[in-house]
Amino acid sequence: MSKKKGQSKVTVYPDWCKGCGLCAAFCPAKVLEIGADGKARAVREEDCVDCGFCELHCPDFAILVTPKDKSRRKDNHVVPAARE
Amino acid sequence: MAERTQLIHHYLRHNKKFPHVYCAGCGHGIALGSLIRSVHALGWSKDEVVMVAGIGCSGRMAVYVDFNTVHAVHGRALTIATGIKLSNPNLKVIVVMGDGDALSIGGNHFIHAARRNIGLSVLVLNNNIYGMTGGQCSSTTPLGATTTTTPFGQMEKSFDLVELAAAAGANYVARASAFHAQGMDKLMQATFTHRGFSLLEVVSPCHTQYGRKNKFKTVVDMYRWLKESATPLEQYRKLSAEKAKGRIPLGVFVDRDEPSLEERYADLRADQTAQAGRR
Ligand SMILES: Cc1ncc(C[n+]2csc(CCOP(=O)(O)OP(=O)(O)O)c2C)c(N)n1
Ligand code: SF4
Repeated sequence: MSKKKGQSKVTVYPDWCKGCGLCAAFCPAKVLEIGADGKARAVREEDCVDCGFCELHCPDFAILVTPKDKSRRKDNHVVPAARE
Repeated sequence: MAERTQLIHHYLRHNKKFPHVYCAGCGHGIALGSLIRSVHALGWSKDEVVMVAGIGCSGRMAVYVDFNTVHAVHGRALTIATGIKLSNPNLKVIVVMGDGDALSIGGNHFIHAARRNIGLSVLVLNNNIYGMTGGQCSSTTPLGATTTTTPFGQMEKSFDLVELAAAAGANYVARASAFHAQGMDKLMQATFTHRGFSLLEVVSPCHTQYGRKNKFKTVVDMYRWLKESATPLEQYRKLSAEKAKGRIPLGVFVDRDEPSLEERYADLRADQTAQAGRR
């Protein structure tokens, strides 16, 4: 896991975020926080271990975890059978 | 190719208002994500999928996805889905209902659809409450729980959805939780591809109508509770009755391979046609 640390970009779409706090509460690396505006934001992106929990469990589809390195930016999160 | 979230956005109807109407942290949103990922993973086209949903917060799902959709009548999603499946068995018919929808008003349709073993993929998003209409108790509200209609605590025993479906004759019965999305994806794909009546119960937190009245300060607390109490079925079966108390077993409860109603019907039809040809 630690090998992957710091290799991902965590994007929150503020318009879709309702600030439920699931991502902030359960992120194992404490990357996300709920800001004063009531929306999630990635405050410690460099600590992201690319587990994908926030993206999978965001009930509002407001979070995206992508590899920073463009060459790795294929389909690492979609179940293998889904690749077209 | 898209990442997971982009993939989900691809399957949504973009002329609808987003974010969706679900309250912050509602488990139904997580189930919707899992549903879309599962359809995508199976490689199904949007056109071969029919989603029939009942009425309730759970039923709203049909409004948002770009499949063929029917936003049916409260409690009657299974009857409409039965008609669709029998008229065109090639369609992948997914039925989405709430616990009130499936088991209170629609309880009779539920047991008979399971008994007939008709080839439907049935998701029941169980939040133990009538979410949409103001938090009245449902037939899965736990004993003692406070709701707007049980201010002194629920006096009635609740249904165990899994046991009910198993006893009624469903071919496949499983339970997933909104906190365990990866596991839910696997079970959902199995539910979607299994022969006959296939049920997936999704334990889905509703803080607005249920949690607040039952000692969960925040919606996050409900997910903490799910994290702590959910137990894989194999492990659960080894626990003593005392240790198993309050735990929620997740996994596959029933996996049968009986022919489905539409298969039996196709056989009958082929037989009758052959006999008529001989006459
Ligand atoms: C025939 C009929 N009776 C009652 C209603 C009112 N009604 C709408 S949704 C609902 C219950 C919703 O609870 P559930 O099925 O558990 O779904 P949830 O909102 O919790 O997802 C009721 C009683 C209705 N729409 N139609
Ligand atoms: S009332 Fe409950 S079930 Fe309905 S959207 Fe809100 S949290 Fe979800």
